[in-house]
Amino acid sequence: MTLILYFALFIVVSIGLGWGFRALLTAVTSGEVKRAFRDMPISASFGLLVILIYVLVAFLAPVLAPFPEREVVGARYMPWGAPHYLGTDSLGRDMLSRMIYGARNTVGIAFATTALAFIVGSILGLWAATVGGWMDQGLSRFVDALMAIPALIFSLLLLTIFGTSVLTLIIIIAMVDATRVFRLARSVAQGVVVMDYIEAARLRGETMWRLITREILPNAMAPLVAEFGLRFCFVFLAISALSFLGLGIKPPTADWGSMVRESATLITFGDVTPLLPAGAIALLTVAVNFVVDWQLHRASGLKE
Amino acid sequence: MADPLLTIKDLRIEGRSGDDWLEIVKGVDLTLNRGEVLGLIGESGAGKSTIGLASMGFARDGCRISGGSIQFDGIDLRKASEQQRRELRGKRIAYVAQSAAASFNPAHRLIEQYCETPVVKGVMPRDQAASDAVELYRRMRLPNPEDIGFRYPHQVSGGQLQRAMTAMAMACRPELIIFDEPTTALDVTTQIEVLHAIRDIVAQFGTAAIYITHDLAVVAQMADRIKILLRGEEVEEAETRTMLSSPREDYTKSLWAVRSFAKATQPAPTGTPVVSVRNVTAGYGKVRVLENVSFDIHAGRTVAVVGESGSGKSTTARVITGLLPPERGEVLFDGKPLPPAYTARTRDQLRQCQMIYQMADTALNPKLRLRELIGRPAQMYLGLRGKALTNRIRDLLDLIELEPDKYIDRLPSELSGGQKQRIGIARALAAEPRLIICDEITSALDQIVQEGILRLLDRLQSEMGLAYMFITHDLATVKAIADEVVVMQQGRVIEQGLKDEMFQPPHEPYTELLLSSVPDMDPDWLSRLLEQRAAAG
Repeated sequence: MTLILYFALFIVVSIGLGWGFRALLTAVTSGEVKRAFRDMPISASFGLLVILIYVLVAFLAPVLAPFPEREVVGARYMPWGAPHYLGTDSLGRDMLSRMIYGARNTVGIAFATTALAFIVGSILGLWAATVGGWMDQGLSRFVDALMAIPALIFSLLLLTIFGTSVLTLIIIIAMVDATRVFRLARSVAQGVVVMDYIEAARLRGETMWRLITREILPNAMAPLVAEFGLRFCFVFLAISALSFLGLGIKPPTADWGSMVRESATLITFGDVTPLLPAGAIALLTVAVNFVVDWQLHRASGLKE
Repeated sequence: MADPLLTIKDLRIEGRSGDDWLEIVKGVDLTLNRGEVLGLIGESGAGKSTIGLASMGFARDGCRISGGSIQFDGIDLRKASEQQRRELRGKRIAYVAQSAAASFNPAHRLIEQYCETPVVKGVMPRDQAASDAVELYRRMRLPNPEDIGFRYPHQVSGGQLQRAMTAMAMACRPELIIFDEPTTALDVTTQIEVLHAIRDIVAQFGTAAIYITHDLAVVAQMADRIKILLRGEEVEEAETRTMLSSPREDYTKSLWAVRSFAKATQPAPTGTPVVSVRNVTAGYGKVRVLENVSFDIHAGRTVAVVGESGSGKSTTARVITGLLPPERGEVLFDGKPLPPAYTARTRDQLRQCQMIYQMADTALNPKLRLRELIGRPAQMYLGLRGKALTNRIRDLLDLIELEPDKYIDRLPSELSGGQKQRIGIARALAAEPRLIICDEITSALDQIVQEGILRLLDRLQSEMGLAYMFITHDLATVKAIADEVVVMQQGRVIEQGLKDEMFQPPHEPYTELLLSSVPDMDPDWLSRLLEQRAAAG
């Protein structure tokens, strides 16, 4: 009963926050941006607010965290209460501080991975669509072959081969995800390259780089942005899953995925602490999807 | 006299722009008697289609009927329930849209779509509707009326589809049909067949009709009365003959004068042509599209390339620009051969030959501002930067009669159709070319805007000595702007010569057909033409 009550309270507060944040955004912006914000649904506003808070926490982690990330500062498995507001973990590190640093590590790595996947995937995809012919066929079929291998198994395999440093982790997940981005970018660009203005640009003698960045990319941007948000969630989940399996971010670096694993046993004692990093992941995923839905809606032109 | 079928009084319709409602139809009255055809004429944005739809009691998304009354045979359509209105639509009032191809469901056969309305409205059972369809297809003079209904929309031509759609509208023998620009998308020879069929069937069944178009010559053939609209208001209304012979208002006279623009005749050209197409044979894969095409374009002259859709006009342009390297033959520029593929041409060779497209909507990158759209060729070819570039862009905007301060930072979506086409012209001019290929650039525009574009092109040509290759299927445009004419059919040049010679008999039979298919402003033109053709057999 109390659970339902808390849940209802959470929903009401979220709606209130979303509404207030939208009012704030509408007040401080003007022109086209203001119109976009004004027509934004409450869910998207709430999502934006959550993302903004995560970003702030990630940037200000050293200022916000009461204790260092990796130091043992108390007894093992201390309960909630001052000065360790969320207790301590299996080694006696402060849970709250690790949550805050986890935002920086997990979200930062996920963002870097998604960005890399997008840069590689969309450039190759747009290029393949623009060039067409054998190059396009060759690259696309190669990507199809890669996509035929289940993503998680493939990344596990590559991580075992290349080792599990943060850099290899980013590169491997980015490459696996770039195949998905490639397909989307290519199919969107195929619709754009047949337009007369692309023909005009080709006839003008524009270079391939300029053709892709100035003529095609702006017209393929909307679906790519929407996909970015979605991919970000998947990458996030993939990293968390890999960390949970022990192949992702290595201890003692604080990471939400491994934090769930480390404190998982507590759940058997009725302690909700392991749910906190999991909840942080879930909340960000939901928030990003709210914003993505809004962008998709805008991009598809379904105004009414 | 009996009561009129449709009476519209003081009709007001508002359209939403952002948060505001703007009045787009400002108090129009309209009366239509049974069996009468009323022509609605106006430029784009005059509210023709909106009024057409309103006479069915319908307003498009983002529009609302805000005032006035619409009486159809004693029923007030504004007060009627949605149920009652739905009962009327399709059964007693029918609608024929401009693009038949977009209005048919591509996944169903024609006859299934025909039968849907009469069966749903409970007018007749399905087999009766099917046999009725064949009868109407026959009356619409569709080929193989027994079989054509079993085809899918993409399997019949545009003109046939438009007739099939008219037949479909006739299925329940409605008392009123609204034709919204039914022939605008068709070429002249097909247009005749559709006009003929529509006129006959409306007369046979005594159906009243509202015929919406921007083509005066077309409406002169179809309508008993003509009403002229300008920006949502009525300019004048009169019987067709009265309207044609003695228009009262200045605006009407200006509409009538549009077709009067004609370029002064120039003597035959001498010297080396700017572009010379020599014995070009080209095609896509195994399909041969061009067969041994040759013609010259001289500096300061316009060569109009005329023909129906599919005659190879645009393919010729693709060969000249290098998008489609020919199988045989070559293209000379200033007497020197051009590399067949555009990728092999130098930047200067690319600069010399610019192109303007039919659909300005797809020819301008929707995400770039005019500054970059127009400035890019100047920046690329002439190396202009910073202030010099901005000045050049402003000069170009002046040249195409758009105010630089107002337009330089706009997006294409913030322009009207005619303005977009002007930007296409400015982009071509920015490269300072010798030849501009104009691919059907006026066919998507209404006549007043068309005339503005033609006059602009003519002025630019006399100022800069440009050569134009003007691809079109509209012979009125040819009369206005061409110096020389090349007539194409099925990938071959059938006739070519100076404009004056071309418009003088004797003609090749195909040229004759094209020429005689251009509607005149004379209301008896269609009847006379059909008689002549019937007599000739």
